[in-house]
Amino acid sequence: MKQAIKKELKVPAIKEGTVIDHIPSRVTFKVMRILDLKEFEHPISVALNLKSKSMGHKGIIKVGSRFLTEDEVNKIAILAPNATVNIIKGYGVKEKINVQLPDKVINIIKCSNPNCITNQEKVKTHFSIINKAPLKVICRHCERVMEESDITLI
Amino acid sequence: MIFLMDNNGFKGRDIISIRDFSKKDLLYLLSIAKRMEQSPDTSLLNNKIASLLFFEPSTRTRLSFDSAFKKLGGKTIGFAQAEVTSVKKGETLWDTIKMVEQYSDVIIMRHYIEGAARLAAEAASIPVLNAGDGANQHPTQTLLDLYTILKEKGTLEGLNIGFLGDLKYGRTVHSLAIALSHFNAKMFFISPKALSMPKDYLDELKGKNIKFTEAEDVAEVSKQLDVLYVTRIQKERFADALEYEKYKNAYKLDKSLLKISKKDLIIMHPLPRVGEINPELDDTKNAVYFRQAGNGIPVRQALLALVLGKIK
Ligand SMILES: [Zn+2]
Repeated sequence: MKQAIKKELKVPAIKEGTVIDHIPSRVTFKVMRILDLKEFEHPISVALNLKSKSMGHKGIIKVGSRFLTEDEVNKIAILAPNATVNIIKGYGVKEKINVQLPDKVINIIKCSNPNCITNQEKVKTHFSIINKAPLKVICRHCERVMEESDITLI
Repeated sequence: MIFLMDNNGFKGRDIISIRDFSKKDLLYLLSIAKRMEQSPDTSLLNNKIASLLFFEPSTRTRLSFDSAFKKLGGKTIGFAQAEVTSVKKGETLWDTIKMVEQYSDVIIMRHYIEGAARLAAEAASIPVLNAGDGANQHPTQTLLDLYTILKEKGTLEGLNIGFLGDLKYGRTVHSLAIALSHFNAKMFFISPKALSMPKDYLDELKGKNIKFTEAEDVAEVSKQLDVLYVTRIQKERFADALEYEKYKNAYKLDKSLLKISKKDLIIMHPLPRVGEINPELDDTKNAVYFRQAGNGIPVRQALLALVLGKIK
């Protein structure tokens, strides 16, 4: 298993950057959007529907010369709680992070309640994670409880 | 550490959601409410000013807060509906609060948008009391409900509480069920299937090991109840007129209920009622709904005195 991952990470090899692995296929493009790579000039490769023993199908994103902020890792954790983030330096995996859902997320999730103050005024949203699997979050302002399927990111 | 425990940490605190209260907080607050009722101090809030910001009209809640504050010697300023405020001119709530906090010691706010109270508390450096934010929270209603049960039954522990009517949309029911989950209550949710208690709340109660039963007819469970909390059931909530006809009478309580209930059952209602309680029940010892409304005064006085640091 370990060797198989290494092989995948090498093609195409990146000298420095980030490989996000174990993304559910269906949210892979959403994860791309979090990284906001529209104007990005370095190599990006995306693979979808790869066979995975633990997940059935998975997606992988490889980005050269780009490292993630804590905020970005937290956002990924909401969409893909089992994702791993590999930090690549000198063509090798320097560090492997299993993403973790934080207890609270600020200004990442959009409240699904149209009558919530956060959808009426320019204010930061503030959600607490009340259940990790299946994901359930509560809006600090209107106290709406949202499940994974209701969640959209800001 | 001892200093922090003074006043149970209420001084300067915002009162936004019943979820912010621990069991200890609730019991302490209710003990102060009792003190307020038994030995009122008419000069406790001398020189204090409360802003009553009612972006949505609610005459009963506004008058109750106004009366509670003035009876303790304080003064109130504010408005009764959004039409007359700068909000109509496009000012944000954030800015309105930043302005109002210059004029007063505490803000009491009702708003038609959910989460508005929490936002006001984030903006203000003075305490904010939520007097209702849309369909979300109305914590002082829940606190006066608890105070009523405590006063009438002598305890909050281990009671059998029935909730009847519109349990799907009724925020008073949701909040009271959450509050009573601190006191090992057994709950009976009596409603038409279409208006039953939302799954999120039932899951939350399960998570807290609270025992509950769901029923469609009050007669199925009435013999077990210590408290029956009745809410309005509105015709508009039913998609089907026939469905409404079917339930209409099951939720019109009259004296026949007393024949199938415990002698000391108390009947509560947040008011106004629209016909779910026959006035023939009003002068029975079981009916406590008018006293319940009156209990809003000592409870609101206790909260205001506490957050203003006037209770040691
Ligand atoms: Zn919200």
